[in-house]
Amino acid sequence: MTQDLLKVDGLKAYYQMDYFGVTREVRAVDDITMTIRKNEVYGIAGESSSGKTSFIKVLAAAIRPPMRIVAGTVKYDFKNGPIDVATASEAQIEGIRWRHLSYIMQGSMSVLNPVRRIGKTFEDFAKRPLGLSGEAYRARILNHLERLKLPADVLRAYPHELSGGMRQRVTIGLATVCHPEFVIADEPTTALDVVVQKEVLGLIREIQQDMGSSVVFVTHDMSVHANMADRVGIIYAGRLVEEGPTRQMFFAPKHPYTAHLVASLPRIGDTTQRPALEGRPPSLANPPAGCRFHPRCPLAIDKCKTEVPPLETVGPDHRTACWRWRDVEPLVKPQAMQGVIA
Amino acid sequence: MHGYLLFAGKRALLMLAVIFFGVSLTFLVTHLSPINPVEAALGRMTARSVSNPEAIVAMRAALTELYGVEAPLWSQYLNFWGRLVRGDLGPSLMAFPTPAMTLVMRAMPWTVTLLTVATLITFVVGNILGGLAGYSQNNKFLKAFGIVAIAIQPVPYYIVAFILLIIFGFLWPILPISGGFAMNVTPGMNWPYISSVLQHAILPASSLVLVGFGGWFLGMRALVSNVVTEDYVTYAELAGVKKSTIVGGYVMRNALVPQLTALAMALGGVFSGTVITEQVFNYPGLGSLLIDAVNAGDYSLVLAVSTVSVTAVAIAIFIVDLLHPLLDPRIRAE
Amino acid sequence: MFAVFRDLIRYNIEFAIGVVLVTIVVLFALLSFFSPVDTSLIYLTIPDQPPSWQYWFGTNSRGQDMFWQLSTALRNSLTFGLIVALISRVISITVGLLAGYLGGWVDRALMFVNDIFVAVPIFPVLVLFYFVLRNNMDSLTLALIMACFGWPFDARLIRSVALGLKHREFTRHAVFAGMSTRKVLLEEHLPYVMPIVFATFMNNMLWSIGLEVTLAVLGFTNINNPTFGTVLYWANSHSAMVVGVWWWIVIPVILIVMTFLGLFLLAMSMNEYIDPRSRLRRMGA
Ligand SMILES: Nc1ncnc2c1ncn2[C@@H]1O[C@H](COP(=O)(O)OP(=O)(O)OP(=O)(O)O)[C@@H](O)[C@H]1O
Ligand code: SF4
Ligand SMILES: [Mg+2]
Repeated sequence: MTQDLLKVDGLKAYYQMDYFGVTREVRAVDDITMTIRKNEVYGIAGESSSGKTSFIKVLAAAIRPPMRIVAGTVKYDFKNGPIDVATASEAQIEGIRWRHLSYIMQGSMSVLNPVRRIGKTFEDFAKRPLGLSGEAYRARILNHLERLKLPADVLRAYPHELSGGMRQRVTIGLATVCHPEFVIADEPTTALDVVVQKEVLGLIREIQQDMGSSVVFVTHDMSVHANMADRVGIIYAGRLVEEGPTRQMFFAPKHPYTAHLVASLPRIGDTTQRPALEGRPPSLANPPAGCRFHPRCPLAIDKCKTEVPPLETVGPDHRTACWRWRDVEPLVKPQAMQGVIA
Repeated sequence: MHGYLLFAGKRALLMLAVIFFGVSLTFLVTHLSPINPVEAALGRMTARSVSNPEAIVAMRAALTELYGVEAPLWSQYLNFWGRLVRGDLGPSLMAFPTPAMTLVMRAMPWTVTLLTVATLITFVVGNILGGLAGYSQNNKFLKAFGIVAIAIQPVPYYIVAFILLIIFGFLWPILPISGGFAMNVTPGMNWPYISSVLQHAILPASSLVLVGFGGWFLGMRALVSNVVTEDYVTYAELAGVKKSTIVGGYVMRNALVPQLTALAMALGGVFSGTVITEQVFNYPGLGSLLIDAVNAGDYSLVLAVSTVSVTAVAIAIFIVDLLHPLLDPRIRAE
Repeated sequence: MFAVFRDLIRYNIEFAIGVVLVTIVVLFALLSFFSPVDTSLIYLTIPDQPPSWQYWFGTNSRGQDMFWQLSTALRNSLTFGLIVALISRVISITVGLLAGYLGGWVDRALMFVNDIFVAVPIFPVLVLFYFVLRNNMDSLTLALIMACFGWPFDARLIRSVALGLKHREFTRHAVFAGMSTRKVLLEEHLPYVMPIVFATFMNNMLWSIGLEVTLAVLGFTNINNPTFGTVLYWANSHSAMVVGVWWWIVIPVILIVMTFLGLFLLAMSMNEYIDPRSRLRRMGA
C-alpha cells in the first residue's frame, strides 16, 4: 500500500531582486504540482539553470532571500504530524529538521565547515535530534560510519583532508544519521569519478531501503536516474513537463524534451547520429509564452506558441505537458535502451 | 606537525628578513646622509648647555667609536650589526653616560603593555561586536555602533588622542592626562603606584582603542556578512544546529581567519599610532623616547629606538603568525 | 562609469554623504588660489580675533587670517595626499599585476618583499629620515618616502584580482594573438583592476595625510608650509587651547574630520560596490 508523504500544489517560487532601483524577477519554479510517496526514490532531471535546485530548496524548507514563495503549498505528512513548509513558522520547521526532513546540498566541498573536525560537525548536526549522549551516541555514529564504509578516524579529520568521494559520503552520512523520513539530495554524485559515483549511489539506495524513507534526488545525468529512480520527473524552464515510472520515461517518453534527454544518453555500440537540440535554454526572467519548449521543439505547432499545455495523465502514474504527446516517438529503439536501464 | 613547522619556518624567515631590512634601512638612512653625525650631534648638544669640556671629549670619543666615521661604509655596517647583536649602541647623549639601550629597555615595558592591552581589547571587542553586527543586520544597537565606527575609524591617531586630551584635560578634567604615574607614588608593588599607573593608562589606551576598534568592527562585519552566505552556514542552519554554535563555531570562526592575517599586517601601523599617542599623553614609552631623542639630537638613542622598534614589531608579527595555523587547519596541511 | 556614479549617489547614502563632504572640502581648498593674502607671512592682521564677519574662522596668535590659512593648508594636504597616492599606485599596480600574471618565483619574490614592507613600522622610519635630513625634508621628499611604503597592502589586493584574470578567456586569446606581457597587462588587465585602484587611492590618501598631520604636529616637517599638521603645530606651540584661542584648534579639527570621513565613505562604498559578494547579499535584502 503506497501512501503519499509529500504533496506539492501549484508551487511558484521566484527570485526577486532589487538592485540599485532595478527590479528583476527570475521565475525559477513556476507552477509545479506533484506528489511523492513513502518509500520511493524520485529522480528530478533537467538541464542546468532549469530550476532544479531552486525547486528542491523549497522542498527542503531552505528558502532564503532573494527567493520567495509566491504561491502554492508544500505539504508533508510526517509521523509527528502534517506540515506545510511553504507557510510554517521557523519554529515549526525546526521541529522537523533532520529527524524527519534532511537535505544533501549541492557541492560537497563547500557544505562542510573548513575549520571544524568532521566529528564535531556530526555532534552539531546529530547529537540533539538523536537525543543520545556518551557511549550510546558514539556507538550510533560509529555504526553509521561503518555502513558508509568510512573509517572511524574521519571523525578526527578536517574536510580538506578527505577525498571528494569521502567528503560526499560524509555529507550523506550527516543527512541520514538520524534516519529521516524524507531525504533530498542535490547532485550527490556530480564531480565524482564513475567508480566512486556507483558506490555512492549504491549507498544511498541501500540506506534508503534500510530506513524505508523517501528520497528525492536531482541530477542531470540520465543514466543515474535509470539506475536509481522509481519515478522520474523532468523540469524544463521552471516547470514540470513530464513525470512517470522510470521504465516508461525511458522506453516511451511522451514529451519531446524527455525523448531528447533519453536519446542523448551514451550507449555502447551505438553509432547512429542523433539530432542535437537547437537553441539555448530559455531565460527564466523572461520565459517564452505558451509551451516554454516551443522555440526548440521539433513538433511545435502554432497552438504551442500561445497556449500553455496542462499536465495530462497519459498512462498509469504517467503525466505529460505537451499538446502533441500522442505524436511523440522515442528517438531510440527500445531494445537499444536495454543495457542502460536496470 | 610537519606542516606546522614548515609554516613556522617560513614565517621565521620573513621575520629575519624584516629585521635585516629594517636595521639596514636605519643604518643607511643615518650613514648616507651628508651630515657628519658626530659633529652635528655634538653641535646640538653644546647648544643645549652641555658645556663641560670633559664630557664633550668623552662624547666625541664615544660617537666616533660608535660610527667609526673614518672606516669604509661596509665595515661601519658590520660594526653596527656587531654592536646591535651585543645590545650596545653606545651612551645616550641626552642622558650621558647612560647607555642608549638602557633607556630603551626602561621605556619598552610601558609601550609593550600599553600596545598589547589596547590591541587585545580592540581586536576582541571589535571582532565580537562586528561579527554580531554582520550576523544580525537588523539590530538597532549594532547598527548605531556601525555608524559610530565609520565616523571614528578614518580619523588619524593624533586627532583622536588630541580630542580626548582636550575633553579630559580642559573640559572635564577627571583623568590624568600626562605621564605614566603620579609624582607622589613610589614605583613598586604597592597599590597607590599600580592604581596610578592604571589611571594614567586609561586615556592613551582609550585613544588607541577608539581608533583601532572601528577597523576591526567594520572588517569583521563585512567578512561575516559574506561568510553567512557560505554553503556550510546555510547547511548548518538547515540542519537545525544551535544558533550559538552557528554564530561561534561556523560564522565567526571562519571570519576570524582573515582577521588574524589582518592583525599581523596591522601591527606596524598600530605601533606608529602608539608613538604619537604616547607623545600626546607624555607617556614614558618608546614613542616619547624617540621624539625626545630626535629633539635632543641624540644620535645613538634614535638609532637604538628605531632598530629595537623594527625588531620588536617583527617579533610581534611572528607571534601572531604562529597562531594562524591554530585557527586554520588548512595551513597545517600545506 | 557615469551611470555607476549616479546610481551610487542615488541609492547609497554613505557614498552621497562622502561626495558632499569631499566636494565641500575640495571647493574650500580651491578657494586658496584666490587668496588675497600671502599665507606664508605672519602678523598681517590683529592676532587672536574670534570668528566674525570679517574673519570667518578668526585669526591666530601669529596674526594670520585662519580662513585663508586653512584653505591653503587643506590644498597642501590634499596635494600631498594625491602625490603619495599617485606614486604608490604606480608601484602597487606594477607589483600586483606582475606578481599575479607571471606567478611562480616572480610572484613569491615580490610577495616576500611586499610582506617585508608591510611589517616595517613606518613612523619610526619617517622620524629617522627627518632626523637626518632636518630642514632639507620638504613636502616632496616626504611624499616620495611615504610612497615607497604605501604600496604593499594594495599590491596584494591587485595581485589577487590579477590571479583570477590570468585564467580568463580573453587573456588566453591575447597571449595567442602574440601580445607582449606589457601589452596584456596594460591593455587587458589594467582596466579590470581600475575600480580597486580607485578605492585604494582614497584609503591611501587618508593614510598619508594622517601621517603628515602626525609628523607635522611634532614639528618634524617643514613647519613654514601650511598644512593641516603645521596649523595644529603652531596652535600647540602657542598653547591655543590654554589661552582660549579655541578656534585655532577646533575649526581645523572639524575640517580634518570632514576630509577624512568624506574620503573614507567614498572608499568604503566603492569597495562595497566592487565586491560582488556583498552586492549579491544586498540584492536579497
Ligand atoms: N540566489 C539566487 N539569486 C538569484 N538568482 C538565482 C539564485 N539562485 C539561482 N538563481 C537563478 O535561478 C535559476 C535556476 O537556478 P537553479 O540553481 O535552480 O538551477 P539548476 O537547475 O539547479 O541548475 P544546475 O544544474 O546548474 O545546478 C537560474 O537562472 C539562476 O540564475
Ligand atoms: S506543447 Fe508543443 S512545443 Fe511544447 S513540447 Fe509539445 S509539441 Fe513541443
Ligand atoms: Mg542545481
